[in-house]
Amino acid sequence: MASAFEYAPAPESRSVVDIAPSYGLFIDGEFTEAADGKVFKTVSPSSEEVLSEVAQAGAADVDRAVKAARKAFEKWSALPGAERAKYLFRIARIIQERSRELAVLETLDNGKPIKETRDADLPLVAAHFFYYAGWADKLGHAGYGANPRPLGVAGQVIPWNFPLLMLAWKIAPALAAGNTVVLKPAETTPLSALFFADICRQAGLPRGVVNIIPGYGDAGAELVAHPDVNKVAFTGSTAVGKAIARQVAGTGKKVTLELGGKGANIVFDDAPIDQAVEGIVGGIFFNQGQVCCAGSRLLVQESIHDELLDSLKRRLSTLRLGDPLDKNTDIGAINSAEQLARITALAETGEAEGAERWSPACELPSAGYWFAPTLFTNVTQAHTIARDEIFGPVLSVLTFRTPDEAVAKANNSQYGLSAGIWTEKGSRILAVANKLRAGVVWANTFNKFDPTSPFGGYKESGFGREGGRHGLEAYLDV
Amino acid sequence: MSESTTRLNVFKTYKLYVGGKFPRSESGRVYEVTDSKGKWLANAPLSSRKDARDAVVAARKAFGGWSGATAYNRSQILYRIAEMLEGRREQFVREVGDAEGLSKSKAAAVVDAAIDRWVWYAGWTDKIGQVVGGANPVAGPFFNLSTPEPTGVVAVVAPQESSFLGLVSVIAPVIATGNTAVVIASEKAPLPALSLGEVLATSDLPGGVVNVLSGKASEMGPHLAAHQDVNAIDLAGAGEALAKELEIAAADNLKRVLRPQPVDDWSADPGTSRMTAFLETKTVWHPTGSLGASGSSY
Repeated sequence: MASAFEYAPAPESRSVVDIAPSYGLFIDGEFTEAADGKVFKTVSPSSEEVLSEVAQAGAADVDRAVKAARKAFEKWSALPGAERAKYLFRIARIIQERSRELAVLETLDNGKPIKETRDADLPLVAAHFFYYAGWADKLGHAGYGANPRPLGVAGQVIPWNFPLLMLAWKIAPALAAGNTVVLKPAETTPLSALFFADICRQAGLPRGVVNIIPGYGDAGAELVAHPDVNKVAFTGSTAVGKAIARQVAGTGKKVTLELGGKGANIVFDDAPIDQAVEGIVGGIFFNQGQVCCAGSRLLVQESIHDELLDSLKRRLSTLRLGDPLDKNTDIGAINSAEQLARITALAETGEAEGAERWSPACELPSAGYWFAPTLFTNVTQAHTIARDEIFGPVLSVLTFRTPDEAVAKANNSQYGLSAGIWTEKGSRILAVANKLRAGVVWANTFNKFDPTSPFGGYKESGFGREGGRHGLEAYLDV
Repeated sequence: MSESTTRLNVFKTYKLYVGGKFPRSESGRVYEVTDSKGKWLANAPLSSRKDARDAVVAARKAFGGWSGATAYNRSQILYRIAEMLEGRREQFVREVGDAEGLSKSKAAAVVDAAIDRWVWYAGWTDKIGQVVGGANPVAGPFFNLSTPEPTGVVAVVAPQESSFLGLVSVIAPVIATGNTAVVIASEKAPLPALSLGEVLATSDLPGGVVNVLSGKASEMGPHLAAHQDVNAIDLAGAGEALAKELEIAAADNLKRVLRPQPVDDWSADPGTSRMTAFLETKTVWHPTGSLGASGSSY
């Protein structure tokens, strides 16, 4: 099979991005060192090459950043909405202009294929700023009263799976509503946020409105705990989300949490198989499965199980794993050694508990963090790999006989972020969607995102919504 | 520089903007446009019934593509218009100043407000549906969703006094939602409108989405109001008698009519009413079926 699909290398040029040997924290419009002088290295997950050395925020830096944001808040929130809008439109335009550079940067720092950063991440980032720019002078039309007010300083902690997109989801609505922000990017992917700081400079954004403080979990915890933060927004693991919920208890801080998921992708016997296979593959192997809304549980109607699995395996055999900067690459690197170890351990647990493991013939590069696309059959609801979020390219396949059973199994999870439904019957789509306890339900498609469309989870997948008109509520005093 | 070598400047031939092109009036007629002190500015095309009909054809042809474009795409194009206009700010300050007899600073304020007006509506293209549409909780097993859709080709009688800010304030809401427009510019001050055509032509706006005619509203208006392929008419710049005449003519195919309203200050918050005036609401029903009561709802 593989020999029929030989491709010549098609590398995207690395020279379109100029990464400095070191970066500071971006506080009050300036790059500065950490108070204690600490730095950490960020590496390219596909090669383990050190990309840059980045200042590591500590408690004193968090305090400095929050003070800068507080100072900037008074003027920023008092600006007419139309003026805030124009700053955000500028940012959106500069992101569009620099999107090739940013796509390469993101692929280098994160390990995901250039095809994804170029065609998904960056267009969505620009669109998100464009969309929320338009809200800044229309808040009175959003359904939260005639003149809704911002909250103040937003402390935002984002993950490494979509570094710049998660930044956009956090910063665009916050600024549109009139808040100022302190954002902590993940320790393995700080670079695109630091480039965003430069975009703020180019856009002439007033100092202190956006502050970027790379660091580890301790800096995130300091930020969440800081008494002068009015709003906490976190995207990441459910465990940390619960810790944050405890930490803010008894304070006046408004909180939104976008946490884990174990999305069910339900395929009925009348589904168009080829289309469903594409959706299943995109659902779990997009971004190496490091997606909180991934369709990591495949629920197949029993009568088409064998046919679907044959097709799926054939399709997986054509996926190309390797250099993320190659334009033909489908599967890039896992983001970190730590994440790779977690995926590896959970896959081993799957085997130990009796599920059947399969991967296509797939050569892994010798350097970097890699995991072959993997699927498990003979999985039951009791298996760890059917319950725990793996956050990697691992699909667990279960079966069902009736729509009721499909719904019961799909909902049998602590999580409730996403779900997929594949069937040609419209009324079945809507009936099943009505019963699913999930914040986003895709029918005959999967992993679709748009700035106008709210995203967020039920149950332990968190609360609050990001995106759309609904996403404004998180940043307004309503 | 001595008197004899003073450079003679080049006058612009003001032309219509129809279907993305810049024709003269097919009638070959022009009329004299003067500034507020009566000084000659230009000869503007005196558009005919045929020009108006050509403009409707162009607007209809453009409707499918423009209304079918994503709201995001329309948003970026409206924002592009603001960008292009900002770059020609000085030109419009001069033209608006001449047209309306405003001081340079007052004309500049008008032009700035017009630029910002494009930005305002650029932000509305992908939000108006979220503000005026929505799911309806019907008492039955049905998915039921109402969404706004553009009504079609809109004839616009632009404001007579506010030749530029008023003009932009009536065009932008019409096209933001996906309609296409045939605009009759202010009769006595048509030059800013004709120059706006040059901005629209270089802003990625598909030809035919906005068509600008200069001339007499009293001459073209009745033909547009009676035109069977025009879906709506904005009477912003029509006087009382003409507005009534056009509204009567518009009834023949039940055009949506936006009556003239007194506007003291075109720079005030425009709200959403100029968009909703030219929107249809479409409601889609679909059965949801039933899984019975046993579907888990944990």
